Amino acid sequence: MSSAELTPEVARRPLTGRRARLGDLLLQLVAGAAAAAATVLVLLIAWKVVEGARPAIAKFGVHFITRVVWNPVVGREVFGAGSFLFGTAITSLLALALAAPLAIGCALFLTELAPRVLRAPVTSLVETLAAIPSVVIGLWGIYVLGPILQRHVEPALHSTLGFIPLFGPPSSAGPSIFTAIVVLTMMILPIVSSITRELFLGVPRELKEGALALGTTRWEMVRGVVFPYARGGIAAALILGLGRAVGEAIAVTQVIGGGVFIHLSLFSTGDTLASKIASSYQGAATNLEEHSLIYLALILLVFSLLANISAQWIVRRVARRQGVGPNRGGFG
Amino acid sequence: MSITIQPAVRVETKRQPLPPRERLERIFNIDGVDALYGGKPAIKDVTMDVYKNLVTAIIGPSGCGKSTFIRCLNRMNDLIPGFTLTGTIRYHGQDITGNDVDPVAVRRHIGMVFQRPNPFPKSIYDNVAWGLKVLGMKDGLADRVERALTQAALWDEVKDRLKASALSLSGGQQQRLCIARAIAVEPDVVLMDEPASALDPIATAAIEQLMTDLKGEYTFVIVTHNMQQAARVADMTAFFSISRGDEGERYGELVEYDATQKMFTAPSDTRTEDYVTGRFG
Repeated sequence: MSSAELTPEVARRPLTGRRARLGDLLLQLVAGAAAAAATVLVLLIAWKVVEGARPAIAKFGVHFITRVVWNPVVGREVFGAGSFLFGTAITSLLALALAAPLAIGCALFLTELAPRVLRAPVTSLVETLAAIPSVVIGLWGIYVLGPILQRHVEPALHSTLGFIPLFGPPSSAGPSIFTAIVVLTMMILPIVSSITRELFLGVPRELKEGALALGTTRWEMVRGVVFPYARGGIAAALILGLGRAVGEAIAVTQVIGGGVFIHLSLFSTGDTLASKIASSYQGAATNLEEHSLIYLALILLVFSLLANISAQWIVRRVARRQGVGPNRGGFG
Repeated sequence: MSITIQPAVRVETKRQPLPPRERLERIFNIDGVDALYGGKPAIKDVTMDVYKNLVTAIIGPSGCGKSTFIRCLNRMNDLIPGFTLTGTIRYHGQDITGNDVDPVAVRRHIGMVFQRPNPFPKSIYDNVAWGLKVLGMKDGLADRVERALTQAALWDEVKDRLKASALSLSGGQQQRLCIARAIAVEPDVVLMDEPASALDPIATAAIEQLMTDLKGEYTFVIVTHNMQQAARVADMTAFFSISRGDEGERYGELVEYDATQKMFTAPSDTRTEDYVTGRFG
């Protein structure tokens, strides 16, 4: 070999002089515009909601948030969010309390316990539950679930656990807060369980083997390794589920029955922020009622933002404490 | 171009000669073991005994079924779908391959250290203490943790930061933590699946030293693709190689199993000789 042949191509071409490449430029523009559009959209919506709520805020102030009244009669109009906040809190929190163990159990079954042949079909069935339009679930709630709960479940709960104020006399018709809770449970179950399932699948096989190699049982392994590893992600999944329950309007409107009062009994009717907005917006009698409904929407929006931010905060905090995130291997 | 042939490894000469084979206590009798993934054999017809309080090395080229074999010894392959095993593996005389055998009980006595350090995302202390707590060995927990970390030659490095995350340790420290975790629960046998393959030479030396120090208390079986390592730490060495079946399918088989000294200086099989002299592999 002669020395001329050994001179590499690169030595003959300058490496300096960065050129702007058209493709890179285009990508930057398109991606930047998309990101900007999303941000601007959020800000626009927030601004519009605040704007729409302003007359109601001016008239009722912060007192609106706790006041339990909704009187649209012209001349005597008084509005308040108290009962809807209560309805939102009780339906979404109890739905979450019911859905959490179900979803985690479901995810655990699908990742660790189920026979392999069952895993894929059952997983897609659970995910299908998430694909059912909420208005369809609501219809089913009206015609099937509501009557069953009213005839069988509510009397049973009342007679056995009636000493707890939550389980008052059964509702006279199908719709009730209880029906809404069960419907919401069904709606958040697939979201929480599919996120949790992904988290469990993300637990490195090495960690599970490390636990099993000590002579621990599968359950001990799950409790000692899988749960702690997925903890932050599960918390975030639950908050996302809560956000979904809080914001769900249609299905809740269909089964909750409506009403402006705070009853401790789950078997009475009620309203949530979202269901009140959905059911009353069309028929708002006055401008002030319309502004008050937008005020409800503002409360809902603030809550959703808080839920989202706290979900992110939890994930980050847990990731920092453990030195791993749900999506990072953490070996090295 | 010619290649000069010279032994690739030197076996340490200062080691104690092994007592005669029949005076050694057998911990595993492995007889005619075939291991199959989805019906395809990964290893065929492995027959060998593993002796108590010795370090037994499994060497051989990639794909010869070393890891598959060692994972048979504590039923770790149960976790792999489609895995089947025929033949018998007797552990202290009891066959551990049957369907009625509880793998949890088997693993309780036969611990394992893996190729990649796999500490739990917990504190250093909890990594060792967790197994002890779960298995009900809670008396003198802190002492047990300290003893295991000392045995794993890690105590001095971590005693001031036991509450720190195990993931803050270096790779070599993590692997010694995994060894501490495995020996804390007082196993009978410790299986090591290429425990030093991801580590630097200093960390590797530390792990080899602790095996030598601890073999009076435990029995070690170590898979390694590093012949020097086998020569340094193992009393007995088994050489696995890849064979071809009638239809061209590849599977691993045990070629030769003998005292390490003999395996590296006077192997009986030419394939072993080719491998340990570096002509193949």
